[in-house]
Amino acid sequence: MFQPYIFNQLSMSIYIQGTGCVSPLETAAEGPFPAVVNPAYDGARLKVSDPDYKQWIDIKQIRRMSRIIKMGVAAAKLSLQEAGVQKPDAIITGTAYGCLDDTGVFLSKMINQQEEMLTPTSFIQSTHNTVAGQIALMLSCHAYNNTFVHKGFSFESALLDSIMILKEGKSKHILMGGMDELTTHSFNIISRFNRFKKEPVTHNELLHSATPGTVAGEGAACFVLGTEKGDNSHARLTGLTTSYKPGSTAEIAADIIAFLAVHEIAQEDIDLLITGRNGDSEGDIWYDHVERTLFPDQAVGCFKHLCGEYPTAVSFGMWVGCKVLSSGHIPADVLFKGKTSEKIKKVLIYNHYKGTHHSLILLTGC
Amino acid sequence: MTGEVWIGGGGVICGIGDNLPACIDAFRNMATGAATMEYLSSAHRGTYPVVEVRADNAALAARAGMPAHISRTALLSKIAAQEAWDSTGLGELRNYRVGFVSANTVGGMDKTEDFFADYLQDPQSGHLNQVLHHECGSITELVADALGIRHHVTTISTACSSGANALMYGARLIRNNMVDIVIAGGTDALTRFTLNGFNTLMILDQESCRPFDDTRKGLNLGEGAGYVVLVKDELKELIRTPWCKLSGFANANDAYHQTASSPDGIGNYLAMKGALEMSGLKPEEIDYINLHGTGTQNNDSSEGLAIERLFSPHYPPLSSTKSFTGHTLGASGGIEAVFSALAVREGYLYPNANFGTRMKEVPFTPVTAFSEGNKVQHVMSNSFGFGGNCSSLIFSIS
Repeated sequence: MFQPYIFNQLSMSIYIQGTGCVSPLETAAEGPFPAVVNPAYDGARLKVSDPDYKQWIDIKQIRRMSRIIKMGVAAAKLSLQEAGVQKPDAIITGTAYGCLDDTGVFLSKMINQQEEMLTPTSFIQSTHNTVAGQIALMLSCHAYNNTFVHKGFSFESALLDSIMILKEGKSKHILMGGMDELTTHSFNIISRFNRFKKEPVTHNELLHSATPGTVAGEGAACFVLGTEKGDNSHARLTGLTTSYKPGSTAEIAADIIAFLAVHEIAQEDIDLLITGRNGDSEGDIWYDHVERTLFPDQAVGCFKHLCGEYPTAVSFGMWVGCKVLSSGHIPADVLFKGKTSEKIKKVLIYNHYKGTHHSLILLTGC
Repeated sequence: MTGEVWIGGGGVICGIGDNLPACIDAFRNMATGAATMEYLSSAHRGTYPVVEVRADNAALAARAGMPAHISRTALLSKIAAQEAWDSTGLGELRNYRVGFVSANTVGGMDKTEDFFADYLQDPQSGHLNQVLHHECGSITELVADALGIRHHVTTISTACSSGANALMYGARLIRNNMVDIVIAGGTDALTRFTLNGFNTLMILDQESCRPFDDTRKGLNLGEGAGYVVLVKDELKELIRTPWCKLSGFANANDAYHQTASSPDGIGNYLAMKGALEMSGLKPEEIDYINLHGTGTQNNDSSEGLAIERLFSPHYPPLSSTKSFTGHTLGASGGIEAVFSALAVREGYLYPNANFGTRMKEVPFTPVTAFSEGNKVQHVMSNSFGFGGNCSSLIFSIS
């Protein structure tokens, strides 16, 4: 039961004018996809490679900021810089967990100190809209500002809101992004649900591990979307849809066919399928089915062995898709199956989170 | 944008009533809700009054038809969303393409904070089912699943303006033909986390809050849920009694401070101005403003000055229903949207309780008595929050 947003009824195109990414790879250095890929796995845990945040944030503020705020602000500033935009017409973020670190700090102190002698900073910074609010504050941006917090649809909802607002014709540039942080508490607690690998694993092995569980990750990826082609636009956002709790792999396959039909694209027109494969033998059956039945001859790329699994990880997947379209080739560390084609024009990203939240994002080179 | 979006119904549960008619009776009888906390367990029980829904989780669960061990936030949400749907007369929900857009600020924190007390002693202890629904989105999905909604489900969290933003996004979903109907609003249960958080900011009043009064000292926290049912124009005829339409909305950012409002309320001003522009109305056409009106020095002064800048010299009747319900955070935008939309249908003006002295910053005073049968064609509802998030909605007669 996909509800595709019908792009070909739009009287305009949506261009990705700039991208910014803070991830476990050296992505914050700008430029192409990193040549050296060596995400530092700490057991089943993958942390972002922190850039020097002083490039974007005043040092006095850095000290007070939790990691999600820093990585979110950095990704936002990188994307605005690439787009050549000072002040966007809207700021829209997606984050499933929000500011987990500050939440954990305030909660722990509240319990340990029996609700006495608490200070406000971590509470203030615990609200889910902190990153979007901080970006607005730093840019003195009075424009529309929204934050979606819906598990594996947080980023997709932010994308849809952006598209609907651009369609209204009053906004030229929208800054949007997805971000989540992993904390010691969240890793410990989610581990107790048996979501992560028990055995040691490397990024080269993860996607072929054939055991249950994945690795935990985090990151922030931001995009400037606009209706005009910018100097650094290499991709258009040409399709988006979500499906909540589909009944079977067959249902998803039928939905993908319907999605492509709505966008008047044949299966063989897809030059690269990027999936959210994460090495969890139970969750990956969705991708196995789609790859085998719908895209047997296409190149398939993956990204979660590089960023880990988190509810807004698809934002990193979209960043990878943009890099593929801007460079015209698929990095070896991304390619999972098949060969890179001569000219990559259309990239379809199929992701699911815990089998309940499925989404499709279609990118077209420009 | 084209395409009218109708308010087909609404539902509320909060500290002044278990359902919408009970809330209206409370306004009529000037029965405010602030009292000593009974259901939330906190060290601050004797210090700060709160506005609690008068039922324990077992009673709420029975009414919601959900398990009693899940978050109170989900139970409140289900009860109000069900009342909202039932009020429309649209019949079986599964016959329509329905979306559920719900807001909340701390998800299943009421359970997480119990879990954490055990977990901090030993990382392997604490019942996992208490954190299973910690995420804000989880609360929404518990209710969406209980109602049988699959077409579009999402959650918004922009602090105290969350509920209003849910209506905006819901209206856009309808105008873009993603769905035909959206149940939109918000929910939040009281938690120690939020109570202690607001306490660190020193903006909780130890007495009943006094919004837009010169002697105001802070807010009272409340809890509850409120939803409207947004319906596309083509289905209007199927609604039992269309209440009004959502004619305008806007969201702007104050970009001043993470928690405090700017002295001149620039974000508030831009949100109200933007909503008026979308609705095509002039300020003097607004018949009533449901204020954000938390009762803190800073909030009310900023909102008041923004209203003065936009409305002077024609001030419509205005009031803060938070003087009854307390500040229900992520739910407030939804609850006040229901009150505002109903005001258009019924000609209600809601009272601002505990008002005595005009604020020195502004030349107007709030309405202090309930009345009905007024000519109320256009109502503005304001919601402003942390992170500089400011939202305004306008409801208009058909």
